[in-house]
Amino acid sequence: MIPVDYYIILSAILFTIGVLGVLVRRNALIIFMSIELMLNAANLAIVAFGSVFESFSGQIFVFFVIAVAAAEVAVGLALIVEIFRSKRSIDVDQVSSLKG
Amino acid sequence: MTLDLALFLLLALIAIASALGMLISRNTVYSALYLVLNFVTVAVFYLLLSAPFIAMVQITVYAGAIMVLFLFVIMLLGAEGLPKSEVLPWQKPLAIGLSVLLFAEAAYLLVTKSRPVGNVLPPAEAVNATENLQQLGIALFRDYLLPFEVVSILLLVAMVGAIVLTKKERKARQ
Repeated sequence: MIPVDYYIILSAILFTIGVLGVLVRRNALIIFMSIELMLNAANLAIVAFGSVFESFSGQIFVFFVIAVAAAEVAVGLALIVEIFRSKRSIDVDQVSSLKG
Repeated sequence: MTLDLALFLLLALIAIASALGMLISRNTVYSALYLVLNFVTVAVFYLLLSAPFIAMVQITVYAGAIMVLFLFVIMLLGAEGLPKSEVLPWQKPLAIGLSVLLFAEAAYLLVTKSRPVGNVLPPAEAVNATENLQQLGIALFRDYLLPFEVVSILLLVAMVGAIVLTKKERKARQ
């Protein structure tokens, strides 16, 4: 028997590491991976809650989240490739052309 | 300490260590591989939470498709190691401070305010892959049919969007 709190705390830790990655790293690909990590942490929390309440809605919601994440990755990586083609870099500090 | 708990703690340690490895690693390929390890441990957590179908989806879609796409783009761009740009000196400590604050808030709220009652059932009693898949399929196509169709449209739009994004560049170059 594992108390569900452990899963929630683990999910909070993983989410925090993802936030830290977005805040600290300047590589657009690493920032993107950190976002995936945060999505995963949220999924873990949802499945843990669903498992406690013995409901399938949690698992179905996670299924949708995974599908949306796949769509997000396809568009996001295409955008990163485009930025690399025009800037020759994926450093997010370089993408400041729109700054007033 | 029961076997369940020992397994959970070991996996949690691997998950956190691989997430930190993803964050710290200088080489982007290593980061991606650490993230694959993290996704696989999360998939094992789904098995422990008696969600075998989600665990398999996690491995095939996340650790398989999405991370292969990431690795493909990393190697296509040759972005394994970036030259270090000038960083704001106060950025890292501030970011770490804010993250610790966020974690403290989230942990406090989740554990005290929205605390679900009870324990996670051990998978040996609850898990049955066929039954899980049947029940998921029934729920998906009866109660959640509209979201399912919307997701399929979303995937189509994403596919068209990715093609359009890469095609415009080709036209401009000619």
